[in-house]
Amino acid sequence: MATYNTNEFRSGLKLLIDGDPYIIVENEFVKPGKGQAFNRVKIRNLKSGRVIDRTYKSGESVEAADVMDHDLQYLYNDGEFWYFMDPDSFEQIGASEAAVGDTIKWLKEQDMYTVLLWNGDPITVTPPNFTVLKVTDTDPGVRGDTSGGGGKPATLETGAVVRVPLFIDIDEMIKVDTRTGEYVGRAKEE
Amino acid sequence: MTTTDSERSWQPSASLDVMQRRAKLLYDIREFFQARDVLEVDTPVLSRAANTDANIDSLQLTEQQQDWYLHTSPEFPMKRLLASGSGDIYQVCKVFRQGEQGQLHNPEFTMLEWYRCGYSLQDLMDEVAELITQLADKDVLLDAALQLSYQDAFQTYLKIDPFESDTEQLRACATSADIADAATLQLNKDGWLDLLLSMLIVPQFPENKLVLLHHYPASQAALASLDANDPRSALRFELFINGVEIANGYDELSDADELQKRFEQDNAHRENQEKAIMPIDYALLEAQQAGLPQCAGVAMGLDRLLLLLSGATELSEVLAFDASRA
Repeated sequence: MATYNTNEFRSGLKLLIDGDPYIIVENEFVKPGKGQAFNRVKIRNLKSGRVIDRTYKSGESVEAADVMDHDLQYLYNDGEFWYFMDPDSFEQIGASEAAVGDTIKWLKEQDMYTVLLWNGDPITVTPPNFTVLKVTDTDPGVRGDTSGGGGKPATLETGAVVRVPLFIDIDEMIKVDTRTGEYVGRAKEE
Repeated sequence: MTTTDSERSWQPSASLDVMQRRAKLLYDIREFFQARDVLEVDTPVLSRAANTDANIDSLQLTEQQQDWYLHTSPEFPMKRLLASGSGDIYQVCKVFRQGEQGQLHNPEFTMLEWYRCGYSLQDLMDEVAELITQLADKDVLLDAALQLSYQDAFQTYLKIDPFESDTEQLRACATSADIADAATLQLNKDGWLDLLLSMLIVPQFPENKLVLLHHYPASQAALASLDANDPRSALRFELFINGVEIANGYDELSDADELQKRFEQDNAHRENQEKAIMPIDYALLEAQQAGLPQCAGVAMGLDRLLLLLSGATELSEVLAFDASRA
């Protein structure tokens, strides 16, 4: 069982606390010159995303969580699991609905995603910051309208709905920021 | 640390402005003490003996089959000089503490330490305030010093008596203030007092004001003498500015037998915490046996002072190369 001493604490370190994997978001070393030292940390639960505070006596050890990011390719969904493949080993792994979470609306077959594995099981799936997707449904385009205001909802091939400018038509490829769910621009044909 | 050598920056972590401010600070300190006839001294960084304090860990190295320790403050040899009749002395030096790294900590830092013969704790607190005011110049507007006893601080800010409360009452105080894990942390009484002071009291101290907190609990006397009028407290003070601990001073304990007892108690605490026992400084004990003049002494963290004077928020901004670049 790997452990981390509090003096190894830094942002990004992954800990196992009360059976759940957490990541250190912020670590503050507090020590009066002649007194007891503490580490006050903010940690994020990697499953729920919830951020909590913890206080440790410096020098204590905390169990390390065996979690690692992997870049995997999304293959398909069988109704229960979403399958991803390691492009080097061709090994496949199924992620549950809970692990896929909100990323479900950005999942496109063949695209690469960051899958966080904990003890070999996917716990979160993160899309790339920017992705290019096809518009499958939106109101007819209004040609000549180049004003910035307004906009309209457009449904994308993965099911995500984003606001796009009025001139965007069905079947166009658009670039979207997955972190904000915002339209970035028309994608150039490649 | 996972930073590899190639990721480490060769460039300084402090700006040239701050390095110039540091040079001026050192110059002004020397001028201050020269004007007051306090002698600058230079004592060894390496010692066969070490600080026994259970909350301060020394860095250790081996040379010629002998264990040596990097000093955590120049206190012991400076007291030997005092016992030898040096009169008032000061020193500016690098000191080292193991396991201390953070926004306000670096394993090596610059300390100013000085001793005044015949001074009371109050005299020394006044001199600390004069020095800081002079050094601050026009950089920072610092209000007149606020002097506050440890007991008053707890009663004012937390409505709790630090001397009479037990660990469960102190824990309850931390729990009601929503300190994470207060319900389960395993701390002794001093640990709880440290937690409450650093997490709940110091952050409430008035801004841009020197806060001199004095009469620490006897259990945290370190090398200070106890208050004859109230032996629950020690003649020890600390200086805080804007929530940052800057200096720690004592009416120096002169009784050699009592000093030996404290060293042994420290080592007993270390043993309880499964920490290495530190070799006691017998040269200091002998010096105090021969006679330490009545004196008061204080140690001041100059990097932190520079941080406040230059408006920095992290120690790395005032160190030419902080530990991550050293």
